[in-house]
Amino acid sequence: MVTYIIRRLIGALLMLAVVSMVTFSIFFVVPRLAGVTATDFANRYVGRAATQETVVAVANKLGLNDPVVVQYARWIKGIFVGAEYDYGAGVEHCPAPCFGYSFVTKNPVWPDLVDRMPVTLSLAAGASIIWLLAGVAVGVLSALKRGSIFDRTAMVIALSGVSLPPFFTGLIALSLFSYGLRITAPGGAYTPLTENPAEWAYSLILPWLTLAFLNAAAYARLTRAGMLETMGEDYIRTARAKGLRESTVITKHGLRAALTPIVTIFGLDVGILLGGAILTENVFSLPGLGKYATQAISTQDLPKIMGFTMLAAFFIVMANLIVDLLYAVVDPRVRLT
Amino acid sequence: MTAPLDVSGEETKATPEAVLSGVGGPKAIQGRSLGQIAWMRLKKDKVALTGAGVVIFLVLVAIFAPLIVSWFGHPPNEFHQEMIDTMTMRPKGGSGISGDFLFGVEPQNGRDLFSRVVYGARISLLIAFFATLISVLIGTVMGVVAGYFGGWVDTIISRLMDIFLAFPILVFALALVGVLGQFETQLGVKGDSLRILLLIFVIGFFNWGYIARIIRGQTLSLREREFVDAARSLGARGPYILFREILPNLIAPILIYATLLVPANVLFEAALSFLGVGIQPPTATWGAMLSAATKYYTVPHFMIFPGMAIFITVLAFNLFGDGLRDALDPKSSR
Repeated sequence: MVTYIIRRLIGALLMLAVVSMVTFSIFFVVPRLAGVTATDFANRYVGRAATQETVVAVANKLGLNDPVVVQYARWIKGIFVGAEYDYGAGVEHCPAPCFGYSFVTKNPVWPDLVDRMPVTLSLAAGASIIWLLAGVAVGVLSALKRGSIFDRTAMVIALSGVSLPPFFTGLIALSLFSYGLRITAPGGAYTPLTENPAEWAYSLILPWLTLAFLNAAAYARLTRAGMLETMGEDYIRTARAKGLRESTVITKHGLRAALTPIVTIFGLDVGILLGGAILTENVFSLPGLGKYATQAISTQDLPKIMGFTMLAAFFIVMANLIVDLLYAVVDPRVRLT
Repeated sequence: MTAPLDVSGEETKATPEAVLSGVGGPKAIQGRSLGQIAWMRLKKDKVALTGAGVVIFLVLVAIFAPLIVSWFGHPPNEFHQEMIDTMTMRPKGGSGISGDFLFGVEPQNGRDLFSRVVYGARISLLIAFFATLISVLIGTVMGVVAGYFGGWVDTIISRLMDIFLAFPILVFALALVGVLGQFETQLGVKGDSLRILLLIFVIGFFNWGYIARIIRGQTLSLREREFVDAARSLGARGPYILFREILPNLIAPILIYATLLVPANVLFEAALSFLGVGIQPPTATWGAMLSAATKYYTVPHFMIFPGMAIFITVLAFNLFGDGLRDALDPKSSR
């Protein structure tokens, strides 16, 4: 068990290392291969009105002419121990975790990311609870009443659900409920939980439902398939033969086995969401991490994009790790590997 | 004591025809290939056939977009200011739907929505198909190599798969398309063709992990089967076994997962276009049209037509893919 945990931890660290390399490559190596020079990069840091000499000086000062490995090491070092920047107007200290300063706002990236996190957390927490409960409930009922009207309707809706992009359902929901019926908050409205919990829920109900609908559909399909498979197993027949009540057979024996893969996928999905529900946040103009990322990308704000990418990857890798460890607890067979 | 086995009698021949003739007409037993059996199952699956029909229709629409638009619409980038109410910037009469403009017109500049949805099918399907092709090629090669050779090759490729499966794909794709899209002069391709190539490459490149994992699993079990042993004992070597013995048995899973990857890629492309890093305006894409529709909540037809186009496309491919899976591999559960 201990070796399993250690192996998974090492795996997670390796994964983060690879992700950081890929991120760095996307922004600094790939453009270089495409023919972008160090001064082109420096141009982004100094803004438009700089003379050629300042640009070259900044390129040298930021070490953009150094070998790629050195630049990568400097970036990683900034994340762990912080960095010193000198743009000409005195030395600025950027404390760890340092992802540099935004090209546009000149603010350090990390505090901005921390600011945006509660919005994304609120969105992810509410939506994931809704879709897990709804998806599993519908899936179980469908499997138990296989072929019934409920099952067929639910599966048609679920199949439609996985085929509908959230930026379409979200738009329709906004248009219908916020602008047509005026019963939900308009896009762009967000009140922090600490300020007013009721307003908070009111501003998030549509995003929650939009995001939850997409995943609930997928979970209902998965749960139904899992339940159909486990309910056909021999041990279910044994449990029934022992004279257990049907509700006990379903919950203790059927659902428990069917839920294991669902829990795995749930962990991964939440991990992805924590890194920014990019599409949903954009549809509803919620000031979360996902919206932050798309703004950064549209303004080509490299330090912001890199900071966000690393944070998103961190959440995903952590979710993977937690799921792996939980899995070992839930499923004894895993410990052997 | 058991009675001694009577071996003196005539050798009994299996005559399954006799059984059949008892049940129905005098039908001779026919040998059927796996493909024929699958086709028979698929023919009975009305839902899957409907999906296939819609897919074919969409492909035809994409191919003949210019012709269709010349018959039923107006050029996709032609402004029709006369259809727009200059005060509200919305189409006159709410949507502008008429015999002349089947899906109505866009707010503000009055472009023909029907033509733009039809042209959107081109971009969407083109990118989804070729991206799928790239994923399937990389995934199959990686999966077969990992499964067949095993050992350290398998370890490395499997780790690589894990990494690709755990990547925040949308984020990386956004970043990569965004970064590379800025370097038109350095890359030597421009405008739409640059964007299309980039999207195909990026979407295809990040999506091979799932197919590779499935192909690897299948190859692992195929490798141990008797017919592979038989081929090997007859002196067949690695490449022959790979291409002539194992690969033909992988066609079913490749076909199934390719069909199911296309709708995922349609959604992926629409998402990237929606976020503004896809094909740039004025070229029509479904995702970009929805993105433009975010500014006009009170003009529902503007979001409904491109949205329904995405929905119908994705649903049709999903239905067909599910049916294909049931027909080719009935054991697999949904």
